Amino acid sequence: MQVLIDNWGSILRAFLETLELAGLSAVVCLIVGSLLAVMRVSPIPPLRLFGSGYVTIVRNTPLVLVFILVVHGLPELGLKGSFFTRAVIALSVYTAAFVCEVLRSGMLTIPAGQAEAARALGMTFGQNLRLVIMPQAVRAVLPPLTSVMIALLKNTAIAEAFGVAEATGKMDDLVRDHADAILPIFIAFAAGYMIITLGLSRIVAWYERRAAAS
Amino acid sequence: MTSVLYDPPGPRGRRRILLGTVLASLVLLAGAGWVVKRLADQGQFEPVLWEPFKDPDIQHTIALGAVGTLKAAGLAIVCSMVVGAVLAVGRLSAHRPVRLVCTVVVEVSRSIPLLLLMLALFLAYPQQLGSFGALVLGLTIYNGSVLAEVFRAGIQALPKGQSEAAFALGLRKNQVMRLILLPQAIRSMLPALISQCVVTLKDTALGYVILYPELLSKGKSIYITYFNIIPTAIVIGAIYITTNILISKLAEYLQRRSEHRQKNQLGKPTLMPLDPLASVEAAASGTVT
Repeated sequence: MQVLIDNWGSILRAFLETLELAGLSAVVCLIVGSLLAVMRVSPIPPLRLFGSGYVTIVRNTPLVLVFILVVHGLPELGLKGSFFTRAVIALSVYTAAFVCEVLRSGMLTIPAGQAEAARALGMTFGQNLRLVIMPQAVRAVLPPLTSVMIALLKNTAIAEAFGVAEATGKMDDLVRDHADAILPIFIAFAAGYMIITLGLSRIVAWYERRAAAS
Repeated sequence: MTSVLYDPPGPRGRRRILLGTVLASLVLLAGAGWVVKRLADQGQFEPVLWEPFKDPDIQHTIALGAVGTLKAAGLAIVCSMVVGAVLAVGRLSAHRPVRLVCTVVVEVSRSIPLLLLMLALFLAYPQQLGSFGALVLGLTIYNGSVLAEVFRAGIQALPKGQSEAAFALGLRKNQVMRLILLPQAIRSMLPALISQCVVTLKDTALGYVILYPELLSKGKSIYITYFNIIPTAIVIGAIYITTNILISKLAEYLQRRSEHRQKNQLGKPTLMPLDPLASVEAAASGTVT
């Protein structure tokens, strides 16, 4: 217990780092994932091919391997950045594929009549997606998108092995210095993660209920 | 799907799509070309970096890594199916304490990072578990909890008549679960179960962090000797991707087969829930790591 009291400041900072890492990656992967989803349904064949190729390759690669490639590969391409930046890129590259798939299957749940009616009104592909399909798809994908975001948050733990001082790395350090207090340390960190992940799903559930009521 | 979003293109639309195709191809090729050129400038395509993979010793190392990965994944999958079934039944139990314990186990292990769990296990019992034990146990607890939810959804999706009929025949609670509900739930959840195998196989890569000799760790031993990190990552990645695609294809095949069988049984009393979408959705949500 004493370890936790002595180090609570640095533990809190480590969790803030985790949140920052997850938050930034979430923004980037939502943008990239939406672009990929649009590519996958677009009328232009090379874009469709790129979208589906990206998703197939990334979804079947372990995140640790993506991290190795990004952390060691980007400098080879001449792109320098801190470990934190590279961790954000690795997490975004990986999660974007899942975001894309969630958005695409969300679009598939929209009744075909919606898109057909939009076309009958003379809307273009872009208008159809932007004004008719996407607003409805977003509502349908909120629950699976939340699971992807929770998975993203849990996946930030892997950045520990690639030079980012986030929560799991902090636990690693603390346990190595205080091997006798491993159980309380583990419980504290597990509780920290649970507060974040369960909190996130609670907020989304509350928002959904409110949206359903209005 | 795609055809619903836009009209069949007329002559002008076709010209525009052609223009888009040419432009998109140019942009994508330019991007790929830039990456390849940068890598070539850095000497990443020098034969020196790729030749090690022709060496039988190196191939043997990679094979050992693949065996390590498959061993951990296989054992974890088998164990997590057992744990998952037990936890699912526990969450549906009529006894409140059992339900409570199983719910807590499932919820906690699903909401913390797998790596955190694995590291804690590894650091707490370095001698007893070792890196292999920590990897397999961590994967078992995590995937067992995920599968518990899959099985539970499968059991709850079964028509109520199934358990009512079984009770009417005089079966006991545990017989109903064991003989009637669980076999059907597992069968209808087969595709979701197999996609979970892909997730497990990918997650064995976390063994890299706790130094278990699986595919990635073996890859590291190669690239710290030959300084060929990108070639190694490409080779190792290709192995993972091929294996996982094969497993996913198997899941698709089983899915199609079970749908086919359901179609043939229409009109007859069926043993399977007539809702293929339920398992598709579970499969979709189950593939998120």
